[in-house]
Amino acid sequence: MKLKAPERVTWTQSGFCPGCGHGIAFRLIAEVMEELGLSDKLLLTVDVACCSLAIECVKYDTIMCAHGRGVATAIGAKKVRPENPVCAYLGDGAAYSIGMAETIHTGLRNDNVVVITVNNSLYGMTGGQMAPTTLPGQKTTSSKYGKDPERCGMPFNIVDAYQGFKIGYLARGALCDVANINKAKSYIKKAFEKHMNGDGLCYVELLSACPTNLNMQPVKAMQRIKEEMVPYFPLGEFQDNTKEKKEEE
Amino acid sequence: MEFKETVYTDTDRCKGCGLCINFCPKQAITQSEHANAKGYNYVEVDDEKCIRCGACYRVCPDYVFEIR
Repeated sequence: MKLKAPERVTWTQSGFCPGCGHGIAFRLIAEVMEELGLSDKLLLTVDVACCSLAIECVKYDTIMCAHGRGVATAIGAKKVRPENPVCAYLGDGAAYSIGMAETIHTGLRNDNVVVITVNNSLYGMTGGQMAPTTLPGQKTTSSKYGKDPERCGMPFNIVDAYQGFKIGYLARGALCDVANINKAKSYIKKAFEKHMNGDGLCYVELLSACPTNLNMQPVKAMQRIKEEMVPYFPLGEFQDNTKEKKEEE
Repeated sequence: MEFKETVYTDTDRCKGCGLCINFCPKQAITQSEHANAKGYNYVEVDDEKCIRCGACYRVCPDYVFEIR
């Protein structure tokens, strides 16, 4: 068994914190791209926030978008380059807070893009404030006594939000141990395969750890995903639809 | 036990997060007393204990490990 991370992510060192899940997520994307032979073609759009640190450490054609508009930019890129795989890489703050309109309308229209959202249950880059995905009772820098679900609402769950729409693929993985990381890779691979077949929106959410802002050791932050986040964000594949192609006249 | 492959570590990349130490099924990885250029205590693999399962490669966010 030979294992080596693809050169496209290892060519320089990343600026992510120790134990951050973004590094694992980018390795999964790079490995999937290498396996599918799409490395040269991938167009990546990254959002402002921690994901934007990737712009200098991954070797793909990358656009850094306005905050929350990663999905909208990806749709634009796909419209002008329909033969290329297009992937939007966002955090949960971008996808479910400032970019909520884009997330919902993409599902409504079922646009043919891959969206990978990394959910760490808080705002990472700005200093660990409360996000729409923050768990009830979780202490953050802007909810010092724990999040009150009566006042701030329950954690936003994308599976419930997309329930009424018929999108190409919807799955949620967790970057919390070896088995789940391998499973998350299979979800990402399936999303890109379906995307290249033109099946519509392929959405993968990855639960990730943020040791810096949770003030935890990296190992504990990973255990927290399994113990505390998974009850609110169940894992698995939720939607898998194929689009019937219109016959060209 | 003899293995064809060896685990190589790129110690300059390591940020000392300790995930590989936790997920190693054979407790073959330890944190070194020495620090790398960035100031993190890097990890070391005990070749005798290692079974080349690749768990460290899969959990490492900084691509320190390579099995070849």
